[in-house]
Amino acid sequence: MTDNTETKTGAKANIIDILKNVDRRYIFLFILLAVIIPILFPLNLPIGTSAPVRNIYDFVEDLPEGSVILMSFDYSPSTEIELDPAAEALLRHAFRKKHKVIGIALWPMGLSQAQRVFAKIEKEFPEVEQGKDYVNLGYKAGGSVILMGLKEGFAKIFPTDDKDTPIADLPLMNKVKDISNVDLVVSLSAGVPGIKEYVAIVNTQFGKPVAGACTAVSAPEMYTFLDSGQLLGLMGGLKGAAEYEQLLQKPGNASLGMDAQSIVHIVIVLFIIFSNVVYFMDEHQKKQAALK
Amino acid sequence: MFFTSLNNIVSLNMDNGFFMAAAQTGVKLGTGEIVGTWIAALLTICIFSFLYDDNPLYKFAEHLFVGVSAGYTMATAFHNVIKPNLIMKLQEGFHLLSKGQIGYRCWENLSYILPGILGIMLILKLVPKIQWIARWPLSFMVGLASGLGVVLTMEAFILKQVSATLIPLLVFNSQNAFLWAPSLKNIIIVLGVCSGLIYFYFSKEHKGPVYGTFSRFGIVVLMMAFGAAFGYTVMARVSLLIGRMLFFRDQWWPAVTALFGGG
Repeated sequence: MTDNTETKTGAKANIIDILKNVDRRYIFLFILLAVIIPILFPLNLPIGTSAPVRNIYDFVEDLPEGSVILMSFDYSPSTEIELDPAAEALLRHAFRKKHKVIGIALWPMGLSQAQRVFAKIEKEFPEVEQGKDYVNLGYKAGGSVILMGLKEGFAKIFPTDDKDTPIADLPLMNKVKDISNVDLVVSLSAGVPGIKEYVAIVNTQFGKPVAGACTAVSAPEMYTFLDSGQLLGLMGGLKGAAEYEQLLQKPGNASLGMDAQSIVHIVIVLFIIFSNVVYFMDEHQKKQAALK
Repeated sequence: MFFTSLNNIVSLNMDNGFFMAAAQTGVKLGTGEIVGTWIAALLTICIFSFLYDDNPLYKFAEHLFVGVSAGYTMATAFHNVIKPNLIMKLQEGFHLLSKGQIGYRCWENLSYILPGILGIMLILKLVPKIQWIARWPLSFMVGLASGLGVVLTMEAFILKQVSATLIPLLVFNSQNAFLWAPSLKNIIIVLGVCSGLIYFYFSKEHKGPVYGTFSRFGIVVLMMAFGAAFGYTVMARVSLLIGRMLFFRDQWWPAVTALFGGG
């Protein structure tokens, strides 16, 4: 009897030791499967919309036809999975409502990101013309200094567009001289310079409505600007972009990715519960051993 | 960044007419796209192989990434910053000078010689014997950034944020009816900010019914903020993995079928 109990206790301790030292690569494997399976077999889980995203949607929706939206592509390909869907959804919405769009970039790679997004969405709207309905003014180094210069005029900072066409030859830019002619500014930002610079200069100094789309990592600190009214809306990470896609009723990669996000988060929560159970079992085992 | 950059570079530079093949999606892929996509896929696998263990393939992809990123950034900086903002301005300035058209425009363009000199002085940091020269342009940059930063930060991130916490704790609507939800939100904001600030006041021990309670509540508020930040960070990292998996599904798989004719 005693031997049997000791054997059982020894086996239990052995199992706890094994569970305590589970190879972290199993976790990676589970996460990988949790991402791949929903991508191959979409679950179409419901995606609710939040007020910060709805605020941007409603603002764009309520702007009169022909309003000017400035989109700043302040990110690089490393974060394109989070910000490309947001840019595409916003641009699609702007073209649907027949608004004019000016693209600029405060990040070097933002230029090529903007070109790809414009090229993709332009195909859905054959009536849209570059130069007349939208322009891509490209990248300029300087961050805050560039934003301060927008008050003096676009032509001084961006003498040509991304195809080296002089700004004077672009019909849209003949109507839009400086930031005062812009109705909404949206920074698609993965860091610095980005939303914070737009809040500090374009909103605080020039009084223009500023909205943002940012990576999920930087979303929590942007919420302070929402509460203070310095940002009119925010698309935080893939979730924010997915919400905008839902509002547009045009699901894209962001909506597809949310299935995987949900499953991965469930897996992570299960791992946290599992590790806590193992921890408490181990503590219990140690206490029992100490009593003996 | 590297994968997409390389994909674009290869796609642009290779002959798109050769090896044209119909992909599973019905999109025709050129040689450049197929090769670029395969390179991107292999390099993605090289990077992910680090999750198993450190290995030479990972090192190769990592070093390639650093090199390509640095090269791309330098080329972009030259074509988008140095060329239009310095070389072209000076060219125009000297052109006007040589024609004898010495006016405001000529001097304005020639004035760019000053930032040009400061830029060269900055590069002298690489020469050990005269690296002290780099301190001058550096001090100029620090001074400029500080000056701009103080004004912008003070107004946008301090005054506006402080005023956003000066809010009524009890909210009533126009008919004088009490609104509990906005009131609760405002109370949490004010209590959260005050408690957080009290926690970071270290000149008094965090003890006592008022000071101790508030500082403990401050810790709870901070923990909630860290939790939210961690949750969002997890979401961001998973998004990156989703991005690569979507790449494999939407770009690499058509490239596979284009090469091998599979379905």
